[in-house]
Amino acid sequence: MLYFSIMIEIKDLHKSYRTGNNSLHVLKGINFTVSEGEMVSIMGSSGSGKSTLLNILGILDEADEGTYHLDGTEIKNLNERVAAKYRNKFLGFIFQSFNLINYKSALDNVAMPLYYQGVNRNVRTEKAMHYLEKVGLANWADHLPNELSGGQKQRVAIARALASDPKVLLADEPTGALDTKTSYEVMELIQGINDEGKTILVVTHEDDIAHMTKRIVNLQDGIILDDSEVKQVRAKDAMKKALAHV
Amino acid sequence: MFNLERWQEIFETIRKNKLRTFLTGLSVASGIFILVILLAIGQGMQNGISSEFENDAANRISVWANVTSEEYKGMNPGRRIQLDNQDYALAEAKNRDKLEYKSGVYSNWGVMTSYKGETGSYRVEGVRGDYQFLENESLVAGRYINQSDLEGYEKVTVLGNRVYQDLFKGKNAIGEYLTMAGVKFKIVGIYTDPGGEREETRMFIPLTTAQRVFNAGDKLRSLVFTLKPEENFEDAVAASEAFSQQLENDLKTRHTVAPTDERAINVNNSLENAKRFYDLMDMIRWFFWGVGICTIIAGVVGVSNIMLIIVKERTKEIGIRKAIGAQPLSIIGMILHESVFVTAIAGFIGLIFGLLLIEFVGPLIETNFISNPSVDFGVAVTTVIILVVAGAVAGFFPAYRASNIKPIVALRDE
Ligand SMILES: Nc1ncnc2c1ncn2[C@@H]1O[C@H](COP(=O)(O)OP(=O)(O)OP(=O)(O)O)[C@@H](O)[C@H]1O
Ligand SMILES: [Mg+2]
Repeated sequence: MLYFSIMIEIKDLHKSYRTGNNSLHVLKGINFTVSEGEMVSIMGSSGSGKSTLLNILGILDEADEGTYHLDGTEIKNLNERVAAKYRNKFLGFIFQSFNLINYKSALDNVAMPLYYQGVNRNVRTEKAMHYLEKVGLANWADHLPNELSGGQKQRVAIARALASDPKVLLADEPTGALDTKTSYEVMELIQGINDEGKTILVVTHEDDIAHMTKRIVNLQDGIILDDSEVKQVRAKDAMKKALAHV
Repeated sequence: MFNLERWQEIFETIRKNKLRTFLTGLSVASGIFILVILLAIGQGMQNGISSEFENDAANRISVWANVTSEEYKGMNPGRRIQLDNQDYALAEAKNRDKLEYKSGVYSNWGVMTSYKGETGSYRVEGVRGDYQFLENESLVAGRYINQSDLEGYEKVTVLGNRVYQDLFKGKNAIGEYLTMAGVKFKIVGIYTDPGGEREETRMFIPLTTAQRVFNAGDKLRSLVFTLKPEENFEDAVAASEAFSQQLENDLKTRHTVAPTDERAINVNNSLENAKRFYDLMDMIRWFFWGVGICTIIAGVVGVSNIMLIIVKERTKEIGIRKAIGAQPLSIIGMILHESVFVTAIAGFIGLIFGLLLIEFVGPLIETNFISNPSVDFGVAVTTVIILVVAGAVAGFFPAYRASNIKPIVALRDE
């Protein structure tokens, strides 16, 4: 085939929330396509529907109208069983609040998706250790989440998202709870993952973070206001610049 | 269930959540413990009360005769009715296949008895061999009266334990001769009676010998029977009442007694008395079962409550697991597996503690009303299983609901 394979394709996506008698129309017809290997940021003011969109892409929520294809598979009317299977197979999540299981060690948290893939214990541990090394936390494998800093927690979460070797990485404000320096370190890690070919979507409302991706989608009032490729700022360079200013 | 990975996951969760596990376990273990103790006390009360009722065979039917109280067929009231061998023979012949044990009795009170200078005055009863079982007696030494004693008019006697102690002071008595109403009798056995001393100050001799020695002809003081056992207690009471009624009617006809005369012929059916006793037992049993079931219900409610709290506490974790790819079924499985494992282990710990307590403290308790408290192991195990299953069922609903919560809802920050 002549074109890059299309990873995400949504057409005319609508989503409303009903609270009591009121209905809040959040997504009002979203169309966009993400090819394999892209790194896209979704921006927009608070309440513009960024998380809603990302949740739908992550099969954590369902659209009211429109179609969604993930790696060629139509995502529609899935029951929880199939949804769980697809999430496990296709997707890795990185949340603003990390969402680690607090009574499990860093290593066990990373191994979790593999457990649900039915990978046996030894392989699980080995693979999880590999990803912990990749995020630079090999020495912290036995620590519980509350013994880690915010940046370290997010690294564990990234390792966990990578562990199941997903097609797409979805990150909702991955740097929202982190200071600038730590944010850049996390973005550097995410850029590295993208360099290896993984498709990544990042929701953010910070301009500098958005410019570390290769394409910015701007949401406003439930529609895409602007969707354009940008020149990627390497997090490493941004860091140097920031440090020079101090 | 036999998924090793899941077991490892469960053990890890339990190890990392010791307090939660401990609290769940404690409530289950103490519930079972209390239940075991309760059931044991109930059993102890039953034992205590039954021992008060063990004097005679429980289904004994005795007949005495008295004086008539009504005029009948031209005969005045106040006539003495005398039972005799013929009465016994007729009753026996008519009910041969229904009767288990049977005996006519001819007894005398205050019979002077002596052995080598030791003397006493005792009740002597002439009986048949079955009488041992009608009186619920067991032999300490020797044998009881038998058929050939009766046929040969043998001068043999079986002593009550008390009589033996009085006259022999613990020395060998079997084969010795004592003198009873001027006649020498050979001692062939010594018996003990659960009724205690009062019942053991008697001597038994063959009925035929008694009638001859006491010049009684073919007179009998009483007739005593038991019926063959029935399937259940209700049937036994019914059969025994029917038999009593029939026997009374036959005797009244034979001795020309008015059917309405309540004094002349006296049929005492101990099963009717026993029925009252069994009713009391039933009440005690029901009471303890009632309390026991309430305890189980309280335990189930407790376990369900804990499950509810655990599931609520784990909602976010469940959301994370689901976002990562956990199947709803695996969530339910995880929660139930853990709860069943914890309740089962805790239940058996409670059971073992309860049983140990009963084993070591039980025998020390010996009052009139409680004796040898014990518990049916099967019942106790069943209770543990009920509690485990109930815990699982109670845990299933919150687990099921949790497994169906959408991950975004579970993950939403408060
Ligand atoms: N479960 C829900 N029920 C009702 N309304 C909701 C629900 N989730 C989101 N909303 C509403 O939908 C709108 C879009 O929410 P969303 O979380 O997508 O915004 P966002 O762009 O991610 O904002 P932020 O930058 O603050 O995270 C908001 O007005 C929000 O109040
Ligand atoms: Mg958001």
